[in-house]
Amino acid sequence: IGHPEIFPLVFTTKTQEIFNCRVDEDVTEENCFKLIKKEDIIQDLKTRATISDFHPVKKVVLEYPGEELLVVFDAKFQYGQNFYFVASEEAKENLLKPPETAEEKDDDKEEENREETLEVHPYKPPVHKPWVSLGSEKEVEEESVKDTATKIKYMISRVRRKFGAPITFTDKNASHVKDSYVECTSYQDKTFSIKMLEKDVGVQMVPKVREASTQTKWTYPKNAATQYFPRQLSNEEKEESLSSEKLKEFLTSVHLRMEIALQQNEIMNAFFDDWKALAEDESSSGGKPDVYLKAYQSFTDLRYLKDRTISCICWHPTIYGIIAVSARVWLSYEEQVNLSDKSLLQQSVILFWSFFDPIHPQLMLECPEDIYCFQFSPSDPNIIAGGCINGQVMLWDISQHEEKLQNAKTVADGIKVTAVNMVNASILNILQYIYMSPSLMQVQQSSTEPPLVRYCAVSSIQNSHKKPVTDIHWLPDYFEDNRMGATFENRAEICVQLVTCSPDCSILFWDIPATKLPEQPSSEKVKEEEIFCMPPDVPDTFKHLDLCWKPVIKINLRKSDTNTEYSPVRISLKELHYHYKTSEKVQSLNTLEVPAKDNPYTEMSTPSSKNLKVLENISTDFFVGTEVSENNRLLMKILNQDIQKTEQLNNRKHTQKYTIHTETINTLQRSPFFKDVVLSVGGQNFAIWKEGVTNGPILQSSCSAGRYTAGQWSLTRPGVFFIGRDDGNIDIWDLLRKTHEPSHFQNISESMITFISPWIASPKQHFLAVSDGLGVLHVLEICQTLSHPSRNE
Amino acid sequence: AEVEETLKRIQAHKGVIATIVVNGEGIPIRTTLDNSTTVQYAGLLHQLTMKARSTVRDIDPQNELTFLRIRSKKHEIMVAPDKEYLLIVIQNPCE
Repeated sequence: IGHPEIFPLVFTTKTQEIFNCRVDEDVTEENCFKLIKKEDIIQDLKTRATISDFHPVKKVVLEYPGEELLVVFDAKFQYGQNFYFVASEEAKENLLKPPETAEEKDDDKEEENREETLEVHPYKPPVHKPWVSLGSEKEVEEESVKDTATKIKYMISRVRRKFGAPITFTDKNASHVKDSYVECTSYQDKTFSIKMLEKDVGVQMVPKVREASTQTKWTYPKNAATQYFPRQLSNEEKEESLSSEKLKEFLTSVHLRMEIALQQNEIMNAFFDDWKALAEDESSSGGKPDVYLKAYQSFTDLRYLKDRTISCICWHPTIYGIIAVSARVWLSYEEQVNLSDKSLLQQSVILFWSFFDPIHPQLMLECPEDIYCFQFSPSDPNIIAGGCINGQVMLWDISQHEEKLQNAKTVADGIKVTAVNMVNASILNILQYIYMSPSLMQVQQSSTEPPLVRYCAVSSIQNSHKKPVTDIHWLPDYFEDNRMGATFENRAEICVQLVTCSPDCSILFWDIPATKLPEQPSSEKVKEEEIFCMPPDVPDTFKHLDLCWKPVIKINLRKSDTNTEYSPVRISLKELHYHYKTSEKVQSLNTLEVPAKDNPYTEMSTPSSKNLKVLENISTDFFVGTEVSENNRLLMKILNQDIQKTEQLNNRKHTQKYTIHTETINTLQRSPFFKDVVLSVGGQNFAIWKEGVTNGPILQSSCSAGRYTAGQWSLTRPGVFFIGRDDGNIDIWDLLRKTHEPSHFQNISESMITFISPWIASPKQHFLAVSDGLGVLHVLEICQTLSHPSRNE
Repeated sequence: AEVEETLKRIQAHKGVIATIVVNGEGIPIRTTLDNSTTVQYAGLLHQLTMKARSTVRDIDPQNELTFLRIRSKKHEIMVAPDKEYLLIVIQNPCE
């Protein structure tokens, strides 16, 4: 514990008793010293050996010089035990006596561990003592300054007479005088230098960078151009390389890769963006629900259309904005029939309207009787064929007015108006094919009247229908039927054949032989008799057939066994690819559909007017929509052979009858998108049929309150069709949305809708022409949701 | 010849619009298109094929170009290169 003479000891009680240093009895805190004889300790050591408390200090005890040992009671455990044993005499003395002599000994080097109680030393003045040298004289002596060398004295004397004169002292450098001093110069001692043989040196390379600029002068701005053409091999070279071996090898090695790639593309389109396709659908269908037909224009004419209703509408196939309507007097069926031999007071016309002139019709086609239906010829829009009430078929040629129609914007000023040549229908018409020539009479009328075009060919009465011609269609231009009934391909690419049907149970095919160009004089045709000479203004287009038009094939829809007769009202041709002066060649499929009507007289009460509806498909696939008033029968006949002869025709009928409609079928139309889906409208309901599905229509509407009077498929959307009613409403059916009710209906006029005709005038403008019973033609614009099909519709 | 037959077979695939065989210098040897279009296709595609070939070689000298297909909105142009010749087929992939 830092004190070599102090040994802490533990005194057990026994030891304390032996040595009379029991705690708190013999030895207390104040009186903590106890002198113990050395012999006693030795004695104790011997008797108790290791048990003795003095055992740890046995050696010290044995070496202790004195007689008595000091044991101090350490009450405060300063040394770690309750007693400590002082091992030296001197320490003993000091311990015993230190409290008295502590303040006298300032530089006592013996460290006594006494209590930290500070004692106040009384002041004692210093006592004079003899000076003891501690070595400081030497230091003093060293520091003092003494002359080490004796000073040199010089005595300089001068001549007496210079005494007191000024003296100048100058300095002189000792080195200037030779040999005035001796020096020891330093020199390089080779023995002490170290030669450096190898050195580590770092080197850095820095590129020298310099900035420089130049400017060029463009003295003559000049345009330069190069013309080049590609190198091409001549034919011989091509031949040669084609037959080379290398090419063969190349192709064999390469074509496999190519075919793999081609097949990959055929299998599926890897880049089809489904997400985008989905978005397009959303935008069109999630859009506005306001489906509507916007009224674009309406046309009516007071003079010619008074008390008349429009029976048929046709858009001009090539000229934008021209629409033709035919008017007839609206009569009930009985009156209609009885009217055939009356002459009409008012002339019947077909009016041409133009969008740009809503007031004045552009052109009028004269007709001897009311026209029930008419059509533009697909191959030549200047030929128009129409069917009359009295059963005749007539043709017009308006090529003279074509230009006028095209410039219909310029309202007729100074147009020569041709007078009407009333041709009485009951004039003898020769049975042959007659081309009607428009007669432009010289009777000039006021310039606001539209020009009147006379018919240039009319069919013979004997060979025409006995009843009104209810439907007329041009046959597609890529096949024609010849007299024998075989259909063959028509190379001339012009429509030359017509088919008409009429409630007199017959379907007639008419043939227009290939016409010579109108410029050519048809002099040789003149030989074919003409009863009256044509007025000079009449174009000669169909001259040779005027008044002697005869149908090529006549199909008599009489069923011999049941003695039923079919009265066709509407014809729907399957292949209605009309090419308006385009040069597409379509493979002919030879399918025609002729809707025919059935007339079972036996079940009719009134013989003449009631007609049954029969659908008959004649060999080249006709769909025949007939008129059934009482028995509601709809007959479909599919004949799968070619038309051989008219007689044989009747025998080879494969008849299917469907009775759906309550009344006359007034519309039968094939869907423009699916060739075997047909819409038929009649009476109080309509139905959609599919060819091949023979047990009924695929969709049939429920009987509605009013009568449906007209119907048409939309030209652009496969699931949309328009139905007109007798209360002036148009129902727009969207089959993709709802199939049980029209998706939209709109009121067009107060009277009954008689005809609907959609038309695509431009990709943005889709029109719907609707005619009503009052003789007004409404042209409506179909809104975009109705006209633009959604994806994959 | 075999050459004819192979070319005809390729041409008869569904959707193929045109087939062109081009020699090593970019001059068309055999084509089913009209002349001006052929020349245009041959020149452009020849250069593009050269570039593609050198690109593939630069990246990995052991590699070489086997087939090049360019898919555009309207149709797909497929080029099969070889040492001396080039076969170009334009196809309209149907969906």
